Amino acid sequence: MPKGEKTKARRTLVRAGYAIALAGVLAGLAPGAVQAEGKKFLIGIVELQLANPFFGRLEKSAVDTAKRNGLDVMTAEASTAGDSATQINALENMINRGVKGITLDPANATALVPIVKKARDAGIVVVTTNTSLAPMTAADAAYETDNLQAGVLIGQWARATMASDPAHIAMLDYDLADKTSKARHDGFLKGFGIAEGDPQIAGSALTMGNAETGQTAMENLLSAHPNINVIYTINEPAAQGAFFAIKKARRDVLVTSIDGSCSGVRSIADGTIGATVMQFPIRMGEMAVEAIIKAVADGVKPSGFHNTGTVLITDHPVAGVDSKDSKWGVETCWGE
Amino acid sequence: MREPAPAIASLQRPTQSLFAYPIAGPLFALIVIFIAFSLTTSTFMNAGNMSLIAQQSVVIGTLALGQTLIILVSGIDLAAGAIMVFGTVVAGSVAWHGDAVPAMALGFLACVVAASINGLVVAWFRLPPFIATLGMFAIIAAAARLYSQSRSFPITSDLLSVLGSGPELGMLTVTYGTMAWVALTLILGYALNQTAWGVRVYAIGNSPSAARLNGVSVTPVVLSVYALAGVFYAFAAWQALGRTPIADPSGYQIANLDSITAVVIGGTSLFGGRGGVAGTFIGTLIVVALKNGLTQAGIDSLYQQIATGALVMLAVGADQYLARGHRA
Repeated sequence: MPKGEKTKARRTLVRAGYAIALAGVLAGLAPGAVQAEGKKFLIGIVELQLANPFFGRLEKSAVDTAKRNGLDVMTAEASTAGDSATQINALENMINRGVKGITLDPANATALVPIVKKARDAGIVVVTTNTSLAPMTAADAAYETDNLQAGVLIGQWARATMASDPAHIAMLDYDLADKTSKARHDGFLKGFGIAEGDPQIAGSALTMGNAETGQTAMENLLSAHPNINVIYTINEPAAQGAFFAIKKARRDVLVTSIDGSCSGVRSIADGTIGATVMQFPIRMGEMAVEAIIKAVADGVKPSGFHNTGTVLITDHPVAGVDSKDSKWGVETCWGE
Repeated sequence: MREPAPAIASLQRPTQSLFAYPIAGPLFALIVIFIAFSLTTSTFMNAGNMSLIAQQSVVIGTLALGQTLIILVSGIDLAAGAIMVFGTVVAGSVAWHGDAVPAMALGFLACVVAASINGLVVAWFRLPPFIATLGMFAIIAAAARLYSQSRSFPITSDLLSVLGSGPELGMLTVTYGTMAWVALTLILGYALNQTAWGVRVYAIGNSPSAARLNGVSVTPVVLSVYALAGVFYAFAAWQALGRTPIADPSGYQIANLDSITAVVIGGTSLFGGRGGVAGTFIGTLIVVALKNGLTQAGIDSLYQQIATGALVMLAVGADQYLARGHRA
């Protein structure tokens, strides 16, 4: 092949390669297919990264509710935690496409406020799911778990279970800049009846809310504070990881968590986790979409904060804190 | 610009000065870290915690061996962690529904195939490694989620989780995973330093055109580097299942960056051709010991990240300084 041709061929290949790589990247970001049936109206559903099954379940519930009511649906998701840019683009597209309502699970409490205002100025009903904007009134209404209350429940349970034993607490957090993470953390301390910086808190560490980082964090904390006997974890995967560290170190630690996934509830049944708080993403998605349908039909916009529920799940109930057992949990849990 | 002269110099370099001292810096840093934490905390320097640091090192340490190979040929692999996670998810899901042996085989195959595709795209189609592996990162991470439907699989098979166990001598547990990490480092170190293939890898890293002029067939060697890196990613996947017996598609999200950090802190040059696995071994220990010690000292995680970031910049700065020294 003459040199020029070879370079040209290579350049074409390079371009093709770029195209393939780009297509791969875009495939992860592209909004879901738009359904073209029914003649009611178009609704936009914006979620956080689907890497987290909780957000997947919440989105599916919202989409199912919309389709059951004959609506056309447009979906979009943030690609990583805190990725508000993708969500802003998605909202712009939805405004242009003429949606009548949007359910939004904001990746950032303040970054989404201007675009939500633009949508509402255009007459679109915007409600938040899972977590809200700051101020909350930036959207029409909020449908979410009261994460502070969820934290309070496991804090109270841990306090009552420890009875008069001295507590040495480890906090396995997720980034505390995250609203949900902060609320759960604060709630646990409140429920336990202590303030930030209390000497009963032996140590704290950041996890990514998965088993691997939960395990490493717990190993390091146990190494420094072998007397830790109570832990708070941001979610069940982190708790399961922490349990590997506890088991290896042959310690006896009260493990508390939040989420209510099926795998988490099974961990309650097998004793890995002492207590967890179940959230209700299915109800969350349904309530949010139904509020939009009602607003479009009757012109009555929803408003305010709507708690979608928190239930303490444990097989070791304590007096004064309502709870359900793991059997109920397994029947009610929202997914893996 | 005279090409041939530096080319010859570069072929001799790895065997001479470069292996004499590049791990001195990282080794010094590691010793300083150990002394500092031994003095400031009462819980750092004991057998139990040393064994913990080793256990916390094996996944990133094994992954970083593959990353070292790729960086030595002036590449970079942003997909390393995602390929490893894909391997764990494939093995975990197959074992969940059936047998551990085919699960293990398929997990290994998945890692080697994915890494080899990177190699093909880089060596044959001449895409910049950054772009090729960025694309692969997005594809393979999404593939792992689609394949697993974002659920995780508990590992019950002894074969898949064997690397997490090992003999206990009092407080000191030496896991098979730790032994495997040391063994893999030694084997790869031998291959890089004592074989003709290793000399070619360094030569290509220094200057592909010079290597070509010296009769090295660049494309097959680069391909072999990526494929072999895939083998190390597969071992890393096995290590991950041993350490945390859950195959979780959301695990190890920044393992790609962690592995690059370990390689760079270990003194391997991002420009290729300089460094090696001994440095990466130490670099991994530095990153892990720093996190372990700072957590025990009660330092906030965000300050831990700052400390690691500063070390990376220091290491790259030192590398630049050394490179300039060599040219002069």
